[in-house]
Amino acid sequence: MKPKTIIEKVWEHHVVYREAGKPDLLYIDLHLVHEVTSPQAFEGLRQKGRKVRRPDLTFATMDHNVPTVNRFVIEDEIARNQIAALEKNCREFSIPLADLHSSEQGIVHVIGPELGLTQPGKTIVCGDSHTSTHGAFGALAFGIGTSEVEHVLATQTLWQQRPKTLEIRINGRLSDGVTAKDVILAIIHQYGVDVGTGYIIEFTGDVIRQMSMEERMTICNMSIEAGARAGLISPDDTTFEYLRGRKYAPKGEDFEKAVEQWQMLATDEGATYDRTLEIDAASIAPMVTWGTTPGMSAPINGKVPYPEDFADETEQKAVQLALQYMGLEPGTPISEMKIQHVFIGSCTNSRISDLRAAAEIVKGKRVAPGVRALVVPGSQEVKRRAEEEGLAQIFIEAGFEWRDSGCSMCLGMNPDIVPEGEHCASTSNRNFEGRQGKGARTHLVSPKMAAAAAIYGRFVDIRKLQAESIGERR
Amino acid sequence: MQPFTVHKGKVVGIDRANIDTDQIIPKQFLKRIERTGFGKFLFYDWRYLDGQILNPHFELNRPENEGATILVANENFGCGSSREHAPWALQDYGFQAVVAPSFADIFYNNCLKNGLLPIRLAKHDVEYLLHKSKRADYELTISLEEQRIYDESGFNRTFEIDSYRKQLLLKGWDEIDLTFMYESYIEEYEKKTLVI
Ligand code: SF4
Repeated sequence: MKPKTIIEKVWEHHVVYREAGKPDLLYIDLHLVHEVTSPQAFEGLRQKGRKVRRPDLTFATMDHNVPTVNRFVIEDEIARNQIAALEKNCREFSIPLADLHSSEQGIVHVIGPELGLTQPGKTIVCGDSHTSTHGAFGALAFGIGTSEVEHVLATQTLWQQRPKTLEIRINGRLSDGVTAKDVILAIIHQYGVDVGTGYIIEFTGDVIRQMSMEERMTICNMSIEAGARAGLISPDDTTFEYLRGRKYAPKGEDFEKAVEQWQMLATDEGATYDRTLEIDAASIAPMVTWGTTPGMSAPINGKVPYPEDFADETEQKAVQLALQYMGLEPGTPISEMKIQHVFIGSCTNSRISDLRAAAEIVKGKRVAPGVRALVVPGSQEVKRRAEEEGLAQIFIEAGFEWRDSGCSMCLGMNPDIVPEGEHCASTSNRNFEGRQGKGARTHLVSPKMAAAAAIYGRFVDIRKLQAESIGERR
Repeated sequence: MQPFTVHKGKVVGIDRANIDTDQIIPKQFLKRIERTGFGKFLFYDWRYLDGQILNPHFELNRPENEGATILVANENFGCGSSREHAPWALQDYGFQAVVAPSFADIFYNNCLKNGLLPIRLAKHDVEYLLHKSKRADYELTISLEEQRIYDESGFNRTFEIDSYRKQLLLKGWDEIDLTFMYESYIEEYEKKTLVI
């Protein structure tokens, strides 16, 4: 039999109907729903008198609009309406919902894996572009628009044109202090924000194999920032061990049987991709974005570029506009860029290991004067664990605000925003103009880099910090 | 969905790459639960100074661009979030087609589902149109049937579109109704794979 990639295997398994000249009709195994992109879809169902075909394969939560200080007091009337609309829609169509009172509430892409809903080989969709996160488990997971949300609710299927396959192989070993976030930022920096357009990415290589599930999620999460709708990773023992015992994962003998099935999903030896790119892990340093796309970044020991550094005229113009928006002078060393805000959170980096990594840097130190720093756990479960492990205490003692779970400052659709003209070191995934608030200036970094920025009020090379603290301990 | 057959309209150009959906429709307007009324918030942060006064320098606000129905922009248009509010806002404002060298995948799909036609053209053609669009009365005609976009002074290009999507657009069909015609296949799939 011809060797196949995991992408082909999962795709083929889900084809409900195929006809030449048409996209494939694909079956969807899990549909995640949140309050922002669903109201119009439910409204559409109601108008036509349609039902939800498989409420049992659908799971909803609220995350984008949720205040992280007092979640039950939503000042903004329209946001309140949207939350109320989701409650009503879930009740009316019998869809399970992790609401604000639920101990399972959290960012949709954090709770899917946490609850074991996300599993290898599944097709997973959600009206949210960072659905790619779930690809870390070897699931085919991608974001959809509201019309498609309505289509999946009504039919549990989607018409999809099969995309091409792109392998991104990360070879070698990462240096200390370099994290999954730096890897994905470096990939986007090197190959561009549209390298994945029209493709599904499979991330492979030694570095991926050594990563934990949470690190893999960070990588897949930002596939969309590389232009790909989906990014995934072949499952292995790390994947299976993560899932063992999770609420919605198979139990006992069923779990062992599932593992047998899941093992067959990994890309076969000798399978080919439409395109393959490689990156050497040893060449990756902690990354910081200086501009207004996730590709506009530099290593911590680098500088803000000059527009003339770029050959292409469109790019020169984009860089010029970005520098203007960011209020940065070309040639400024990255380590001299000052920040006034720090946000540790979002579906990219708000899991327990992210908070542990940040706490390690923060422990025993203080947030720099004039800096406002927030830690927003990705879910209520992450929050509980961080409190049990004493991480919350470390943050609070250092002067961080310790919040409830939600999307928070990642997109500022709730009260958490960065004021105009101010700089924020953020562990989220998008640094677009206005993303964290009108005129807000976002710098994307890893949790460790964000934590260090909070302490120093500017970006510092955590590789040096770590070396120093090891020295001190000796 | 309204069928799309032939459209002739005024062109406005925004010569920027990577125009993301946060820019097309900022998140504070995503809280509505209706599908309509997003047009007045299109490109909000670029279009208004202090949220009220029109920014006279922004392309859409120039008097000669009033009533434009075809938008031309640079690479990777519509990147970022999956919000369908972006095509809704473009459409609600009055746009019927967007022309660019490349589009983000989800945005491209979302446009098609709403009858807003995304057209990919070669970079130098887009540059040409961006240049031409500076003229006050510059118009383009788009024939979806022929997959052709042209003006009256000799510009004439064909564009690619998936034949299945093209049929849906030409007829203005509701995709869910169409899928229901395949319901027996869905039932069969569910039985076979035991997704029950
Ligand atoms: S945390 Fe940010 S990127 Fe993730 S789902 Fe929420 S808003 Fe989207």
